Amino acid sequence: MIPAPFEYARPSSLEEAIGLLAERGEEAKLLAGGHSLLPLMKLRLATPALLVDIGRLEELCYVRDEGDVVAVGALTTHDTASRHELLRQKIPVFSAVAGQIGDPQVRHRGTVGGSVAHGDAASDLPAVLLALGGSVVAVGPDGRREIPADQFHLGFLETALAEDEVLLELRLPVPAHPAYGFEKLTKRAQDWAIVGAVAVRREEGAGLGLINMASVPLRAAAVEEALAAGAPPAEAAERADEGTEPAGDLNASPEFRRHLARVLTRRALEKAFA
Amino acid sequence: MSILGNRVLRREDPKFLTVGGTYVGDIPIEGALHASFVRSSLAHGRIESVDLEEAVAAPGVVAVYTAADLGLAPLAPMGLLNQEMKRPLLAEGVVRYVGEPIALILAESPAAAVDAAEAVIVDYEPLEAVVDPSQALEGGVLLFPEAGTNVVFDLSSEEDPELFSGCEVVVSQRIVNQRLAPCPLEVRSAAAEMVEGRLRFYASTQGAHGVKDELCSALGLPPEQVHVISPDVGGGFGAKGGPYVEELLIGWCARETGRPVRWTESRSESMLGLGHGRAQIQQVTIGGTRSGRIEAYRLSILQDSGGYADVGAVLPFLTRQMTPGVYDIERVEFHSRSVLTNTMPTVAYRGAGRPEATAAIERAVDCFAAAAGLDPAEVRRANFIPKASFPHTTAMGTEYDSGDYEKAFDLALEMAGYDELRAEQERRRQRGDRCQLGIGLSSYVEITAPVSGGEFGAVEVRPDGKVIVRTGTSPHGQGHATAWSMIVAEQMGVPLEQIEVIHGDTDIVPRGGGTGGSRSLQLGGSAVHKAAVDVVERARRLAADELEANPDDIVLDRSLGLFHVAGTPAITKSWAELGAASLEREGEPLAAETDFEHPGSTFPFGTHVAVVEIDTETGQTRLVRHIAVDDAGRIMNPLLAEGQVHGGVAQGAAQALLEEFVYDTEGNPLTTNLADYSFISAAELPSFETAFTETPTSRNPLGSKGIGESGTIGSTPAVHNAVVDALAHLGVRHVDMPATPERVWRAIREAKGAA
Ligand SMILES: Cc1cc2nc3c(=O)[nH]c(=O)nc-3n(C[C@H](O)[C@H](O)[C@H](O)COP(=O)(O)OP(=O)(O)OC[C@H]3O[C@@H](n4cnc5c(N)ncnc54)[C@H](O)[C@@H]3O)c2cc1C
Repeated sequence: MIPAPFEYARPSSLEEAIGLLAERGEEAKLLAGGHSLLPLMKLRLATPALLVDIGRLEELCYVRDEGDVVAVGALTTHDTASRHELLRQKIPVFSAVAGQIGDPQVRHRGTVGGSVAHGDAASDLPAVLLALGGSVVAVGPDGRREIPADQFHLGFLETALAEDEVLLELRLPVPAHPAYGFEKLTKRAQDWAIVGAVAVRREEGAGLGLINMASVPLRAAAVEEALAAGAPPAEAAERADEGTEPAGDLNASPEFRRHLARVLTRRALEKAFA
Repeated sequence: MSILGNRVLRREDPKFLTVGGTYVGDIPIEGALHASFVRSSLAHGRIESVDLEEAVAAPGVVAVYTAADLGLAPLAPMGLLNQEMKRPLLAEGVVRYVGEPIALILAESPAAAVDAAEAVIVDYEPLEAVVDPSQALEGGVLLFPEAGTNVVFDLSSEEDPELFSGCEVVVSQRIVNQRLAPCPLEVRSAAAEMVEGRLRFYASTQGAHGVKDELCSALGLPPEQVHVISPDVGGGFGAKGGPYVEELLIGWCARETGRPVRWTESRSESMLGLGHGRAQIQQVTIGGTRSGRIEAYRLSILQDSGGYADVGAVLPFLTRQMTPGVYDIERVEFHSRSVLTNTMPTVAYRGAGRPEATAAIERAVDCFAAAAGLDPAEVRRANFIPKASFPHTTAMGTEYDSGDYEKAFDLALEMAGYDELRAEQERRRQRGDRCQLGIGLSSYVEITAPVSGGEFGAVEVRPDGKVIVRTGTSPHGQGHATAWSMIVAEQMGVPLEQIEVIHGDTDIVPRGGGTGGSRSLQLGGSAVHKAAVDVVERARRLAADELEANPDDIVLDRSLGLFHVAGTPAITKSWAELGAASLEREGEPLAAETDFEHPGSTFPFGTHVAVVEIDTETGQTRLVRHIAVDDAGRIMNPLLAEGQVHGGVAQGAAQALLEEFVYDTEGNPLTTNLADYSFISAAELPSFETAFTETPTSRNPLGSKGIGESGTIGSTPAVHNAVVDALAHLGVRHVDMPATPERVWRAIREAKGAA
């Protein structure tokens, strides 16, 4: 369909973008790759009065080596993240997951910042960020602040970002061991996960992120605990659905999602510890 | 050497691959108004009021119409159907499904039209909705209370209680042949303008002449006042077989306002407006001997017609004709009832009634084999109608023209490596692998050109040697320009580049049956063939005059496209010379027109083998191989035929594994875009392994049968059977389509629980 009428601005700097957000408050929306926002607008489920297009802000496109952290600029596309040499070496789980998002078209437009800022529990990258124990950096009129990943997602499509804040970068801690496991069940190659699980090795045990198991991206805390306490992966995976609240929809009932979370977590752990 | 049977590249493609096609939405029309529709958001309700005030006053809005403004008679259902169930062009008093158009807006831009539609407030008094066809049959809620029933079309009779008596093995199964959305890539689109007092109408359709007839009848216009043009069409799959109410209204608006009017729907709108397909609930019972001989078969159908009596309601008529499929079964019974429900009306969708017949009998045969403890391949082989008995009249009274079912079957099994596949399956079962193998068979026969009505074809030679072919068929991806050129080239000995094929313009082509039911080659191709033969005959006489010889002594050297007197090849007449001579001598072009009479339907057949892998933990199914052996008589161009098979198999596999249009119990559609409706993509499909056997038909001069729908018809049951086969050792006997991960997982769990 055709979106409702809206104004359009293309600021030439981050500062200008923040200024526009501060000025227009909740009626303004940032536009990055547009692959989550524009579909909502076409269905008129989102009707922002002003679109602030940050899509061409070069200053948000980077991948930086900071030693034990890799900083990924918000406007880095999924495709760039999937091919980036530094990421592939130091945090292969991130490139691998980014390389399996949607289809090539989606990966060339969609951005890592948009993916996390949108806050969709069905998205893949938030689960990676959680499994890694990373954080995001937000910038607003009052400067920048760092928000840990497990405090970022507050509710259904709701994040800790304020109306006038821009997500600047993802901060990804380099994991203890590059081995990882990523499992997602999709209807079709280009679809969002019905359920997914990401496992990243830690010094002891593993970090585990779950996709589409609640209204927000989740960490499988019970599994992480069990592993830390020395449980074998297969046993720990049995606890993957603890604390989850999966929705029922056309693709899966809550019961089936719980089953999948256990199976996929086990498989992800098997791969991470193979 | 004949050009027929060769892999001639599609003449259409250079344009599509470079500049792209010209679809209705691409046609420039100066000063056109844009239409949008206000659609029902309720499945069943009385319209209390429609508040148009804000829409009328909205910027750019030129006119707003509701039913009362139209003054058009409601559309009567097809002859066979319940005549009480007439359809108004805009909802009148009652809405019967979500998406039904209630009001029409004309504005200066598409955005203004859509914005204004949002501003219309419809007040409904909700009525209870009926979505389940079984409930609709009970008649608790009636869509047309005045009709006293929801039944639109009834082909049921008394069941014979003795049908299965004496059978050693009898199995029954309920099978849902789910509702699908046809999803052509080009959505519906129409444009209309008044040109010198006539209505010129651009249609995205499978038949311009059908659109013209319906415009004339709905708007009360004489034929000479209507001119329909269908430019490139981006797919139809049966669902663009006739014009929808929206399209008729675009024609009405152009006349009413005197301004050009156009409309192209969005995908979301298309999911609620383009007819749906399939939607049958089937009950099968099959019986026979323990050694595998099938003796009796009963198929009872409940066809979901949706909110109105459209084409879908009548499709069980075709299902009925194909009930016993490829098998020689002595006792066969068929019953069906088509009922209205508060859902999108159903229409023809690739195969239209025949895939449903094949799906039923092919699942039934597998159920029977499983119950008898026999290999499904052996049961099929033991029951095929033998080659020697063609033409063969089935227990349903259908006369199959020609067939050699075993030949196609043997080839398919050989290509698949059937025995090795079974061995591999056994190994995996023995090991208790997480990933199990399923092998599915489907032997089908279908009916092409199932409806009466011939086809127009014409060939004309211009003085410059160019050959103009006119056809009443309506290609929308099939490649008629290529195939018809080949037929003409073969007869006349002219190069393909010299031939132009014209279709889809009712001012240039006087009559046409369009393209549907895989009719085009056997009727339209035959018509063009006949016209070409006639032109050669006329040319021979002209050449005789020109060369002062007896027509019987004139020969056409097809390798050069030159006529000469037998024995003196040095003195020739070219097509260009004869084209000019005809104008000069006879004052008319060198041309022939023909109406090829319908010579009876043809019955293509074949066997498909699908191989699936199922992850028994997640329930996910992957189609890893698909072998299709199809027999459509003589194959004109294997490239085109394979293209039809590939697309058909993709759509057929999609029905088995992915696609389903879903409503909730209140009649709210839940799969209204291509994220929720799982349209298949190449990533879900293997490379297909295809082959043809060629058993010609005598029902047309080309010896060809239709191939457009075979792929869909053959593939769905093969893939479906493969899914059940993969789980058979776990005790699973049936899984409804689409075999989603959760359905498969549940089937395994239930079988385990039962064990
Ligand atoms: C067909 C299809 C398939 C897809 N499949 C998958 C999949 O399998 N897995 C998956 O994870 N995702 C999938 N996606 C989503 C895709 O990854 C999106 O691109 C991504 O979720 C959003 O990124 P974007 O840059 O397009 O954001 P946009 O659509 O531009 O924005 C999304 C939201 O985030 C906000 N936003 C964007 N950037 C910033 C920023 N820097 N700071 C603050 N707020 C910001 C916007 O205001 C908006 O609210 C799919 C999308 C499509 C269309």
